[in-house]
Amino acid sequence: MIEQHRVTEENNLVSEDIYRLRLFVTGATPNSSRAISNLKDICETYLKGRYELEIIDVYQQPLIVENEQIIALPVLIKKFPFPERRLIGDMSDLNKVLKGLSIAANT
Amino acid sequence: MTNHHHKNKKTVFNYPQIPKTPTGINGLDEITEGGIPTGRPTLICGGAGCGKTLMSLEFIVRGITQFNEPGVFMAFEEKTAELAMNVTSLGFDLVKLQEEKKLKLDYVHIDRSEIEETGEYDLEGLFIRLGFAIDSIGAKRVVLDTIESLFSGLTNQGILRAELRRLFTWLKEKGVTAIITGERGEGNTFTRQGLEEYVSDCVILLDHRVINQISTRRLRVLKYRGSLHGTNEYPFLIDEDGISVLPVTSLKLEKEVSTDRISSGIPALDKMLDKKGFFKGGSVLVSGTAGTGKTSIAACFANETCKQQKRCLYFAFEESPKQIIRNMKSISVDLQQHVDDELLMFHASRPTLYGLEQHLVAMYKIIQSFKPDVVILDPITNLVTIGSVSEVKAMLIRLIDFLQEEQITVMFTALTLNSVVSEQTDEGVSSLVDTWLLVRDIEFNGERNRGMYIMKSRGMKHSNQVREFIITDKGIDLVDVYLGPDGVLIGSAREAQKLQEKTGEVLRTNALSMKDREIDRKRKVLQAKIASLQSEFESAEEELNRISIEEELVKKITENNRSALTKLRRGDVHNENNNGI
Repeated sequence: MIEQHRVTEENNLVSEDIYRLRLFVTGATPNSSRAISNLKDICETYLKGRYELEIIDVYQQPLIVENEQIIALPVLIKKFPFPERRLIGDMSDLNKVLKGLSIAANT
Repeated sequence: MTNHHHKNKKTVFNYPQIPKTPTGINGLDEITEGGIPTGRPTLICGGAGCGKTLMSLEFIVRGITQFNEPGVFMAFEEKTAELAMNVTSLGFDLVKLQEEKKLKLDYVHIDRSEIEETGEYDLEGLFIRLGFAIDSIGAKRVVLDTIESLFSGLTNQGILRAELRRLFTWLKEKGVTAIITGERGEGNTFTRQGLEEYVSDCVILLDHRVINQISTRRLRVLKYRGSLHGTNEYPFLIDEDGISVLPVTSLKLEKEVSTDRISSGIPALDKMLDKKGFFKGGSVLVSGTAGTGKTSIAACFANETCKQQKRCLYFAFEESPKQIIRNMKSISVDLQQHVDDELLMFHASRPTLYGLEQHLVAMYKIIQSFKPDVVILDPITNLVTIGSVSEVKAMLIRLIDFLQEEQITVMFTALTLNSVVSEQTDEGVSSLVDTWLLVRDIEFNGERNRGMYIMKSRGMKHSNQVREFIITDKGIDLVDVYLGPDGVLIGSAREAQKLQEKTGEVLRTNALSMKDREIDRKRKVLQAKIASLQSEFESAEEELNRISIEEELVKKITENNRSALTKLRRGDVHNENNNGI
């Protein structure tokens, strides 16, 4: 269950400005479902066209849990831009998600 | 699985017991009577640097190497490479065990600064990781070290606590024997986050104390649901073989005793001890003031033991082995040959090297590996520098108990500081030992001599005499002291007295022979006198005889003459007579 949202559109963006996000979820648990929908909303609102989101079900790939140092789930790992950040939880706290993604709330 | 564990146990229980998993850690399984509860989590808690990580890691490694039970070690504090490096010195090759798929090390990294909590979450990631690790190698043992680190990385206490509870239930369902470590908390809690609330089957407390600048590690089984366990504090030691716990006070007074005897190496001393020497498996205390030859006695004993092809272990707390060997050569006791023959082993350590308990554990370990027949501790009084008298006594009780159980004869030497012997009982050890030899200075007549006597010797006839104790270049000897009219004499006074006696003897013999001759002469005179009297008597008798013969002759002649006369007068005597009838 990997969804890729690659949007390279009108405003010719340099690849460095693209947010590379990976969301790790545990199947279809309530937390995971909420996290997916919340995150998608936030991305569409604040990062439209400049993000790349990968959603990974850890039940399908247990090895990745160790490699990515995952304990708490669901977790969003912001691989780019640096610094790498981890956002855990169902992404319901908008301010914290934005803070974690280093996005100012009004942009 | 349960049967498998029972097989590995040293002790066989006759009554139903909760299944236990032996840790393989020296001594811990004795204290817990078989190990930690199988299939349940056990909590090991203690302050920083008390050995939690090492103990839990040893549990995993011993599980693999001794009981063929693969294990997972989940580290929250140290990276796996660091962990592997830290225990290489203990002979644990974690890399190899991982390659053999018997060990799985997993380092969990949590950094609060990288994490933003954006809502509800759970710790499913931890479960997946752990579950995958367990399943991939078929682990039976799991360690979580230290799971409390989660609390520093994540803030939502409600979630964490609920998830921990779930984790421990899950571990039980998995059927793995788990060790959870926890840092000791402030106040009355055993762990900072109150882990004991979740892990309630078995709690082991580790402690690291510094007393008089010497550190001692101790272990205590705080609780063990459904099982008997030792409740005391047990010292433990971390050395090149890992952890050793000494279950010292679990010993009972039920040991075997022997009636075999073992020579002290000093024939005269054996003679004092019912002509046979010490009891095998007994304990001997040699105490005395400085320079009275305690070490020499100990060396003689060691020498004799090795000559009998038995093994002797010599703990030296004062002198180095080389020093002892050199010094003993001067009294013709060659210890070097026994060292070469591996019959004699010296173990020299400064008492201040580590704490008393640590000494005990160290001794215990060496004794178990060397398996001696005789152990010598020279001198025990030096141990007082690192502990109080009562502590030393407690330690020696344990040591004696252990040695007697193993039927090892032990000799202690002790330095008495004052010369009033009965007042100082040498760290109170004297009541514990079977035989107490006392060597003391006797200052007399401007010189110092050594006297030895047996204060006590349980279960055998022994001499009550003070013997003079002489150290010559031929060895040690005991000489009967001289009991003269002026009391006990020793040393040169004894020799002088002996000489004096010899002179007296000569004089007396001389006097005697003079008197003999005198008597002889007197007798001769008397005999001469008797002879002359005899001859005088003879001549007197002869005279007397002559007179009576003469008288007889005269009488006869007179009669003859008278009858002749009667005949002449014709008278018939016979007729006259017949008429008369």
